[in-house]
Amino acid sequence: MNWKELVIALFGEAHTITRTGDVISGDAHLQVAEAELTIAVVGTTDHAEIGVETALAQARLVLDTVSRYPGRPIVLLVDTQGQRLRRRDELLGLNRYMAHLGCCVDLARRNGHRIIGLVYDQALSGGFITSGLMADACYALPEAEIRVMRLPAMSRVTKISEDLLRSLSETNPVFAPGVANYVAMGGIQSLWSGDLKQCLLDALADPNTSDIRTRLGADRGGRALAERVVHQVIEA
Amino acid sequence: MINALSYAELNARQRVEHLLDPGSFTEILGPSARVVSPHLALLGVPYAFDDGVVIGTGLMHDQPVLIAAQEGRFMGGGVGEVHGAKLVGLMRLALKVRPMAVFVLAESGGVRLHEANAGLIAVSEVMRAVLDVRAAGIPVVMLIGGANGCFGGMGLIARCADHVVMSDQARMSMSGPEVIESSRGVEEFDSRDRALVWRTTGGKHRFLMGDCDLLVEDDMGAFRQVAASLLGCSQKLNLQGLLDEQRVLTERLENTGQCNDAGEIWRRLGVEHPERVADMDVEQLQALKASQILGAS
Repeated sequence: MNWKELVIALFGEAHTITRTGDVISGDAHLQVAEAELTIAVVGTTDHAEIGVETALAQARLVLDTVSRYPGRPIVLLVDTQGQRLRRRDELLGLNRYMAHLGCCVDLARRNGHRIIGLVYDQALSGGFITSGLMADACYALPEAEIRVMRLPAMSRVTKISEDLLRSLSETNPVFAPGVANYVAMGGIQSLWSGDLKQCLLDALADPNTSDIRTRLGADRGGRALAERVVHQVIEA
Repeated sequence: MINALSYAELNARQRVEHLLDPGSFTEILGPSARVVSPHLALLGVPYAFDDGVVIGTGLMHDQPVLIAAQEGRFMGGGVGEVHGAKLVGLMRLALKVRPMAVFVLAESGGVRLHEANAGLIAVSEVMRAVLDVRAAGIPVVMLIGGANGCFGGMGLIARCADHVVMSDQARMSMSGPEVIESSRGVEEFDSRDRALVWRTTGGKHRFLMGDCDLLVEDDMGAFRQVAASLLGCSQKLNLQGLLDEQRVLTERLENTGQCNDAGEIWRRLGVEHPERVADMDVEQLQALKASQILGAS
């Protein structure tokens, strides 16, 4: 689904969302019972590569919302091919720019903004870590793709045969790309389908803002150990 | 320096022993607990009984601290499910016991690709957990001095901490030079050009830019001295702090965004002789930064 279809599905015509470069942003309005709820939308499109400019632009939008509209919910729309792979961006400190975006999202949460992430197309590695994965909860459309790397590349890097990786990935969600695997591991709260506006309203109504992903991963069987390890350390 | 003990040459456990007061370290989920990666075993890849990260409690100058040290010699310090969960657990423990600091001796290529999906989620969990500790007024301090550097997801985690300390031999960035070269070609980034790699990702560049707060020699004693000076030094993140960071990063882009080499950037920052930076020692760099650098912070 492209971003225009997505915002129509989420908000109908009641939005001012536009695109600047690979960044999309604007306000949207939802009718909640009798009241109208305004939401800030921040995201990327066209499988954006996240370089210093893209990270900084998104951080600016999040900070503007925190500064000017206390408490306004923020929806992060994710479509990224990951961090930009250029020497110039590394020279400028890309990890600092991207971490800054993550810190801004985290600050918004602490200041009482609900933050919902939605992977609507593609989410890869670093570009995903500092946006959708920093939300209160991150959701995905069923047709979205989430991955660190595809199996052929993983096979090359790890020097493990693609056949073995493919057969293991049928029973273990850790190895293969796919939104269902991320749901099983707790990284994605759930998949949205049908009435997307209702899905968003339900997500906004969920009062939880603490990080429960290791527990979800354990409950769903996709990450058996993480939750137990965390608790063993806390109780040590 | 007399009797210098190279930080880079020590393993994770030795670094912990030397950083803390002698004999004060108590490991949590150490090798005898045998909490190993279930995924590496499936792949037939050797696993480690600590999953490549040492965590625990200890004392520094008699003050209680928590500590984690990544073992770069095991899978490049890559963050997998268990490794990440140990770091998350340590941060949550910090909220409970309120140490004077949490030290993270980072040495990692980022997400461990053998268990990529779990590692990716774990990195974001560690980021959130670090920011929780920071918000509680407990300083999180990143110490970076291992041969494998601090890359990928770990580079992101590092920049969520209150303080980043690097040695002049250390490296920190997002994508490593090899990754960029394999994706964009050797013309974009020649990963075998050591001088280029160092002035793009190395401790001196990061220090001049302000991406690390403190620069030390590759010496265990120097790391210990700086670490002790940061006990209790919390820098809580708030809106004003992040607006300041936004301004710094915006100005950096305006002033140096067109530069294609560290030398050009240093010149714009006010360094009169960028060509001399490579040969400067830590003391000279500190003096240089104190005297000449105007644009960085």
